Amino acid sequence: MSVTSPQPGWWNTPLHKEEKIWITIAFVWCILITLAMPAWHLFGTQNAASEYYKISTEDFGFLTDAFIEKYTVGEDSGVPVVAPPAGADIFLRGQQWGWDPVLKLKQGSTYRLHLSSVDVNHSMSLLPMNMNFKAVPGWDNVLTITPTSSGSFNLICNEFCGIGHHSMNGKIIVDS
Amino acid sequence: MASGNFRTCPTTGFKIHIPAQTLIQTNAVTAIVFLLVGGILGLGMVLTRWQAVHLLNDEWFYRLLTLHGIAMLVAWIIFFEMAVLYFASAIVLSSRLAAPWAGWLQYVLMLGGAALTAVQILLGNADVMFTSYVPLQANHLYYLGIILFAVGAIVGCIVFFATLVVAKTEGTYKGSLPLVTFGAAAAAIIAIATLSHGAIVFIPTWLWAAGIIPMMDAEVYRLLFWGFGHSSQQINVCAMVSVWYLLGTLTVGAKPMNEKVCRTAFVFYILFINIASEHHLLTDPGLSAAHKTWNTGYFMHLAVLASMIHAFSIPGCIEVALRKKGYTRGAFEWLKKAPWGNPGFSALALSLFGFGFLGGITGVVYGTEQVNIIAHNNLRIPGHFHATVVAGTTLAFMGITYYVLPLIFRREVAFPGLAKLQPYIFGIAMYVVSVSMMFAGGFGVSRRSWDMNGVDGPFQVNFGPIVDMALAIMGIAGVVACIGGAMYCIIAVATLLIGKKIEA
Ligand code: HEM
Ligand SMILES: [Cu+2]
Ligand SMILES: [Cu+2]
Repeated sequence: MSVTSPQPGWWNTPLHKEEKIWITIAFVWCILITLAMPAWHLFGTQNAASEYYKISTEDFGFLTDAFIEKYTVGEDSGVPVVAPPAGADIFLRGQQWGWDPVLKLKQGSTYRLHLSSVDVNHSMSLLPMNMNFKAVPGWDNVLTITPTSSGSFNLICNEFCGIGHHSMNGKIIVDS
Repeated sequence: MASGNFRTCPTTGFKIHIPAQTLIQTNAVTAIVFLLVGGILGLGMVLTRWQAVHLLNDEWFYRLLTLHGIAMLVAWIIFFEMAVLYFASAIVLSSRLAAPWAGWLQYVLMLGGAALTAVQILLGNADVMFTSYVPLQANHLYYLGIILFAVGAIVGCIVFFATLVVAKTEGTYKGSLPLVTFGAAAAAIIAIATLSHGAIVFIPTWLWAAGIIPMMDAEVYRLLFWGFGHSSQQINVCAMVSVWYLLGTLTVGAKPMNEKVCRTAFVFYILFINIASEHHLLTDPGLSAAHKTWNTGYFMHLAVLASMIHAFSIPGCIEVALRKKGYTRGAFEWLKKAPWGNPGFSALALSLFGFGFLGGITGVVYGTEQVNIIAHNNLRIPGHFHATVVAGTTLAFMGITYYVLPLIFRREVAFPGLAKLQPYIFGIAMYVVSVSMMFAGGFGVSRRSWDMNGVDGPFQVNFGPIVDMALAIMGIAGVVACIGGAMYCIIAVATLLIGKKIEA
């Protein structure tokens, strides 16, 4: 019974065959998925970011403003649209409650995306791909990205960031 | 000890210490009240996320979501766990509870803390979700409430361990601790470790909110918060697994197949699972990929091994017990003839499946570095934890209640016909809620979001009819789950008020 003390000598009770088989299978499986984690990272092509820097929110805001000023080509629903050259460092700022600027990128080109927030935590969610990365104030989350399909993509915020959280969205446009 | 302070349970033969019994009753009733409150809020949550209904406005949705998290994950679960700890020590060991006054200190601190926090939320001073990531700020009393609650829970764990010492020195049991007590001890060890860690997060945050010290770095907060927040979920796992073994024994007389294996698995929880917490941070800046994969890979999978062991050993010991009763025809007669009409048993079975298959597997999958990119903070995540902590832990606690009522409250369960159905209604509806959340999350629908279509935002977001359907299914199943939860509360309250007294 699980509510009474075990028989003396319980530690030396041998395992049943079925138990041994199950524990062996489970153990081997655990080792395999443990090895799969680094293997997937090394041989896979789509990993979570591991490049990041500390940066003050003021500096990040300053860099984003400079970036917007340099490459603005228009405006969409009140948000500036910027078209940076291929290979550029590009900035996406999370702020209560919106992502700015709208990024206009080229399919097949590679960019270094700097993602951060200038107030509270936000999280960038790219739709319909459903890819999600954190924007944390004080930290520059650097993602090396290559758009593989063209069109217009929504960005939403999926970290609670205050009462306007659901209204926080943005856009990425990829030209072919 | 005055023997007047004890009674003997006519069904189990346990010697029951009356002050322990009163504390178990008080904590369990308080837990159920929080479940009731949280369940009503849960109804508000599903009926708002089901966008065709959109019941609450944005402000109240976020406010009550914060309260739902606190009332359920913090108050309901931990008050019930206090009852489980006192039961697994004083009652199972037929011992007196060490220092009942400290038990009352536990209760008063936890209740006061929970009330303080809840009031701050309702006043609109703490729209921060239970995670309260800085720089979002709540009134400092919100954090103080959490701290008081945690201190209360630590006091409860200390009373538990002191009771183990009392039982040992007074010789109320011989040999090693029973398995249920051993599992509860694992839960209490993890609780003391993680709740003290919680202090490292909440005390500076409280002082910051009070304007005394500067803010902690936002990413450091997230790291420290989840170091405690994730690890503390292992309290629930250990308590739930202990309750599973207890239910196995109470419902069919199951006996652990191999004590060494079961206990080693509990020790694995203590040793390893605390270290998987970085799966909350997989898409964050601030930690290297090597760090993240090490933390979420190696150590997590040894803890998964522990769950795999219990997943075999619990159904296994039930099968052995039922075969001993003569249900030996074929491979599955024992399963067919199992007491499916006993709510303790059906709750056990549904909890095992919900936790293991829906919750456990999604947890391991979403917790890998690459898959997390497409799971982080969308509805997949609440889908995952409504399988673990609701269909799993909550349902297991509901099941054990059907035994606690006669054993500790000495009342026959009221409305036995309703009780028979209750675990099925709650459990299966919660499976559907979880799966439909995971499904909608697969399309990128955000968690913790009042509106998914970008209303009031610069751009419109369209998810399409299939997502509307998933959310409608979640909504309907959510209402059914709330009915199942309400049935549980009604049965419990009715038993206390009008249940037939059992004379001892
Ligand atoms: C009674 C039936 C229940 C229903 C219908 C329900 C429904 C929901 C819904 C719709 C959400 C919001 C998801 C989102 O938008 O992010 C939610 C969040 C949550 N629920 Fe439940 N729930 C129930 C019971 C429980 C229980 C018993 C627990 C814990 C033991 C629980 C723990 C939580 C937590 C921790 C959150 C997350 C809060 C946050 O994101 O801050 N729920 N629930
Ligand atoms: Cu945001
Ligand atoms: Cu947000």
